Amino acid sequence: MNWLTNFVKPKIQRLVRPKEVPDNLWHQCPKCSEMVFHRELEKTLRVCVHCGHHMRMPVKARLKMLFDEGKWAEIELQPEPTDPLRFKDRKRYSERLKEAQTETGLKDAVVVAHGTMGGLGVVVAAFEFDFMGGSMGAAVGEAIVAAAELACLQEAPLIVIPSSGGARMQEGIISLMQMARTTVAVDKVREKRLPYIVVLTDPTTGGVTASFAMLGDIAVAEPGALIGFAGARVIEQTIREKLPEGFQRSEYLMDHGMVDMVVPRHELRAKLIQLVGLLMHKNPAADVVALAPSARRRKVDGKPETDTSRPEPAIPDMAFDER
Amino acid sequence: MHFLDFEKPIAELEGKIAELRHLSDTDGMNIAEEVARLQTKVERDLTSTYARLSPWQKTLVARHPDRPHTVDYIKALITDFMPLAGDRGFGEDAAVVGGVGRFKGRSVVVIGLEKGRDTETRLKHNFGMARPEGYRKAKRLMELGDRFSLPILTFVDTAGAYPGVGAEERGQSEAIARSIEACLDVRVPLIATVIGEGGSGGAIALAVGNVVLMLEHSIYSVISPEGCASILWRDGNQAKSAAEALKLTAQDLERLGIIDGIVPEPVGGAHRAPEATFTAVRDAIDSHLTQLVKIDPSQLRARRRDKFLQMGRGGLG
Ligand SMILES: [Zn+2]
Repeated sequence: MNWLTNFVKPKIQRLVRPKEVPDNLWHQCPKCSEMVFHRELEKTLRVCVHCGHHMRMPVKARLKMLFDEGKWAEIELQPEPTDPLRFKDRKRYSERLKEAQTETGLKDAVVVAHGTMGGLGVVVAAFEFDFMGGSMGAAVGEAIVAAAELACLQEAPLIVIPSSGGARMQEGIISLMQMARTTVAVDKVREKRLPYIVVLTDPTTGGVTASFAMLGDIAVAEPGALIGFAGARVIEQTIREKLPEGFQRSEYLMDHGMVDMVVPRHELRAKLIQLVGLLMHKNPAADVVALAPSARRRKVDGKPETDTSRPEPAIPDMAFDER
Repeated sequence: MHFLDFEKPIAELEGKIAELRHLSDTDGMNIAEEVARLQTKVERDLTSTYARLSPWQKTLVARHPDRPHTVDYIKALITDFMPLAGDRGFGEDAAVVGGVGRFKGRSVVVIGLEKGRDTETRLKHNFGMARPEGYRKAKRLMELGDRFSLPILTFVDTAGAYPGVGAEERGQSEAIARSIEACLDVRVPLIATVIGEGGSGGAIALAVGNVVLMLEHSIYSVISPEGCASILWRDGNQAKSAAEALKLTAQDLERLGIIDGIVPEPVGGAHRAPEATFTAVRDAIDSHLTQLVKIDPSQLRARRRDKFLQMGRGGLG
């Protein structure tokens, strides 16, 4: 079976407008405990004005801050088995799922979106931590697979933004298998020599880090994000000593060579655009093309074109290559 | 012999047999008859107990201290074994043992997680909990197998990857992810056998095979029953319930289509008759390997990738 043709119709679900929020909402920063006015928080992309702490971001706000004009299209994911093991702990998994769906308005913990960033076509798979801690079951695996397939189909870069506690225990072994499944998926993108960029946000741990999240061509981390395999409590119990300062935080990972860069949230969009531009548009373009009156892909004001139905192959036109 | 709680009645019978045997030197035939009778009963009890082990009991059997470990399988199944060491970046991690050798005459790469048997070897092998170096060594050996067209046999037996400060600093998750990726990438047959405990990410790192086998009383799970109980039930004592709910037995995993076969264990578990276990594992691996070596290398890779790409898609069980 061809995994590319077996695919999903991209579908514009809606243009997203900012939600109405009552004015009297105050948020307490989980780090410095200062109160932050809700509207201010929206403006600062949920970064605390007092201490710079990067609070977790709802998936829609995340997409809004990344895509051009805050617009994107979501793809409808194939329905997954909702409760393959008929799992029940203190509560049924099927009930937990329904609750999470009602609370978040999402079907599961990942939204797959495509659109443009700085005029460049990209596919983004972003996690909603509020959906069962962003945990990875078959539906999350399916979302990563679909995002990878879409990126290959559109010849666009894939940007994955995890925020996940790890495996979804209620799906048992099937959640563990998603580690292999998502690895195959993101490798397809890399085999096509399309950029695979991971933006590690708070938290990225367990089975999610030990699979697709650590396999990016480029690993970007948000400041202060918790990133690691084992939980701090488990480690403390094992080694019976206190953990070092800043352990498993983005900056610590950067110091240990595990991520390429730590990027503050307000710079994230620009950095991603720059990265995608560098990796996708390899040849000098602007001034060369500007000399050609008949050039098919004309660029105005040095801005990349916005038609991304096909990614820019950027083959230099030899006739105008002499300066 | 170490007896598990649910084996107490059997332990008592065996104790009696030992006593009688001691007597039989002095007293005659009747005792021999009684011994034979008790032995039949032991056999029968063992058979019936082991035929209906609960998931939690299977967890205990899978972790049984006398159960054969990776080094035992290597000794029994592999001739000409040449151990190889090191990740070429930081160190040697003996939680992952590996090397080249011959399986039924054919050169293969062997990689396995080893728990150790006594205090000294347990410390040496870090109780089977690998650090990043272990997974990077595994990846290196898989690439070696790929380059020289040697089939890869892995043996999985671990509570999980090692949770330590150094392990995290040196990229435990990246190392596991790369090991999974390496399993998926090779163009040679990869057969993984879960011989005891298949603990989470630390296990799947070596278990993404064309064929994944499990011993009859082994387990394979996303989290230990104890860990799951303390998180979801907020009570570590609910491990039995968690073991039920997680569907971690070989029988459950076969039903879910996650594994490709179950290797039967001798009556009373692998630890009661290691030799018979080795024979069963040898035969199972051999029958799959004979089929796999006939498949074109790129097909081997493609089929393995497709198999795992489909896992969890569109409805299981
Ligand atoms: Zn603050």
